Amino acid sequence: MSDTSWQPSPGDFAIAPQHQTADVITRPSMSYWQDAWRRLKENKRALFSLYLIIGLVMFTVAGPYLWNIDPSAQDLDQIGMAPGAERNVTVAPAYTPWYGPEDSLTYAQDNRLGLTLVGVATSQAVRLAWQAPQKGQTNYGYKIYRTLFALNDGDAFGLPLMETQNEYFEDRLDLQPTDYYYTVVALDRHGLETDQTSTIQLTVMRVITLLEAEKRGLTEDGLVKEGDQIKLALHPFGTDYLGRDMLARLIYGGQVSLFIGIFAPLLYVLLGVIYGSIAGFMGGAVDQLMMRFADFAVALPFLLFMILLKVIFGIGPGESGVLPMLVAMVILLWPAPARLVRGQILQIREEGYVSASKLLGAKTDYLVFRHMIPNTMGVILVTITFQVPSAIFTEAFLSFIGMGVAPPTPSWGSMCNDGIKSMLTRPHELFFPALFISITVLAFNLLGDGLRDALDARMRNRE
Amino acid sequence: MLRYTIKRLVLGVLTVWFIATATFFGMHAVPGDPLSSDKSTTAQIRANLEAKYGLDKPLLTQYAIYLKNISQGDFGISFTQENRQVNDIIKEHFPISAILGILAIVFAALGGILWGALTALYRNRWPDSVIMFLVILGISVPSFVIAAISQLFLVNINALAGTTILPVGGWGTVWHMIVPAMVLGLSTMAYLTRLMRSSMLEIVNTDYVRTAQSKGLPKTRIFSRHQLRNAILPVVTVLGPAIAGITTGGFVVEIVFAIPGLGRYFVEAIQQLDYTVIMGTTVFYGAFLVFMVILVDLLYGWIDPRVRISP
Repeated sequence: MSDTSWQPSPGDFAIAPQHQTADVITRPSMSYWQDAWRRLKENKRALFSLYLIIGLVMFTVAGPYLWNIDPSAQDLDQIGMAPGAERNVTVAPAYTPWYGPEDSLTYAQDNRLGLTLVGVATSQAVRLAWQAPQKGQTNYGYKIYRTLFALNDGDAFGLPLMETQNEYFEDRLDLQPTDYYYTVVALDRHGLETDQTSTIQLTVMRVITLLEAEKRGLTEDGLVKEGDQIKLALHPFGTDYLGRDMLARLIYGGQVSLFIGIFAPLLYVLLGVIYGSIAGFMGGAVDQLMMRFADFAVALPFLLFMILLKVIFGIGPGESGVLPMLVAMVILLWPAPARLVRGQILQIREEGYVSASKLLGAKTDYLVFRHMIPNTMGVILVTITFQVPSAIFTEAFLSFIGMGVAPPTPSWGSMCNDGIKSMLTRPHELFFPALFISITVLAFNLLGDGLRDALDARMRNRE
Repeated sequence: MLRYTIKRLVLGVLTVWFIATATFFGMHAVPGDPLSSDKSTTAQIRANLEAKYGLDKPLLTQYAIYLKNISQGDFGISFTQENRQVNDIIKEHFPISAILGILAIVFAALGGILWGALTALYRNRWPDSVIMFLVILGISVPSFVIAAISQLFLVNINALAGTTILPVGGWGTVWHMIVPAMVLGLSTMAYLTRLMRSSMLEIVNTDYVRTAQSKGLPKTRIFSRHQLRNAILPVVTVLGPAIAGITTGGFVVEIVFAIPGLGRYFVEAIQQLDYTVIMGTTVFYGAFLVFMVILVDLLYGWIDPRVRISP
């Protein structure tokens, strides 16, 4: 040690001059949330999803003002109309009863019974007339069928409309402007069907009487007269099986679905946060007891209990059943976020910066508001976002099994349920609500992914 | 491990007891009772019926009898279907749901592992993007919509072929099971694909994979022996929740495809407010789900030694 080459001089012990240029922060300092927002903005998918969600919320909130149509009002002229369907309608004279064809009628020659359309086929009435299989023979009656589909050999004739002794028939049953196939079958003396059949195809024209057109506000200043073409009310997304406007139902149904989808997770995550942070903070026996209870509650099969609670709460007359659903979700789903938050609190309590803060004399409320809450906020926000799709699915599932909102209140789930029944003939009734559910769920899933990446550095790139 | 097993089982039994109790008192809190529903009855008939179903006894006595019965596996008699035991209903219809569920789980697990491994292998290339897009789609579309669309698809395919390639609904042969099982397993498969992908990507960076690479092992061997086998572990953990999801998802699929499983029966019982059937099936399903989750957790501890230490 004595043979060292370095010898200290008094100058080494002088106070060093202050560096003028040391540690200049070259970028503006950013808070955690500013940084998270910057990262979220870089994620195009998440940002787009956020705008989409804002758009969807706007659609349901502002929709009623822009599209002021009652979602349970029926347009009986347009039942189950696809979007963009023909809306032209001819103003026709009022309906007058019909007592069979006039003698001057010339019967069709191209079918066995001479089945002929009398007059024009309109949505008011379709009038058919025919002749006996053999002239002058006793007639034992006829059976008339109607179907929407072209008939092949061996096909059933469709919906049986009537058995009659007359040689004419008037159909006024729910006629829609489309093609129909009418079949008349001659019966034998036992009332059984013979092979004496005739089928004709005809296209029904939509008509409306002047009186009705006035009643629905379709005539402008009374300038419309019989024989004119006017347009029926506009339904941009078509109508459902009861003639209710799909767009209005999508708007009001969205209010229900998004309300449940957003508020239920907000409420039960909040409840879980309170419960979890109390448990995490108290520690010891209280924590043990509270968490055993949460463990137990989390093991309950959710959808079964959801159904059970819905049955127990029931839906009173005139109620929509939205609130019971919300309450049931909150009762059943708080434990998972509670456990998550408790874990976070326990973890943060042991972090170095909390110890440092304590060492500097920070009080409990400072620790809670400066360290605990901001540092769990990210996880809580991500949890809420990921819970929204499952809440929307739950509503849809319950509506599907008939335990959802009560009619006539629409929700996207109950609209899907209605739409499935007529999926083959009117796919738009299923398509639109299903599309809205899917887009909403997709947007929340993508936003959740983005938020997780932006807010939680440890979770980044994990699934 | 034994202590943990016992603890879990005790908690499981407690949970089932709670489910049974909540179901019992919940059902009795519903205004009205099953006897007062449709036909008007005289007081005497009503009293007889109440005596038959034990409804004339005090609530706590009923509860005690009910607990005794279900602990012996007796769920009572259906209210809407005369003299039909809930046990018979479960015995008859649950196997159908179980077969469908097992098929769906197998389909979901195999598909999830396969697609997840593929996406990880082709990370950030087109197979990854395509599969992950489909996965997001599979998670975002409600199951009954997928069921309806696949049924529509079957109708069109059959019409196009002019013969029945696959039946549109019903139950009976293996052919009836294929499409419903696929629909039922789809969302779980999508979820497992995501999980498998991230699990595979994590394992690429582990020491033992690096060691295997430096030993000069062929890529396929590293993939099958080192990556795949270890990446499957986390998949097992979600099998518990997946079974729960597939069980309740079965309700929807059984309704849409007209499959006479217990799920469809349950939903019908709910719509008809057949209290004993609702109670019996809820407790049965509840117990089934609770013990399946425990089983999966124990299985996981058995497969993965690392889990055994932690409580």
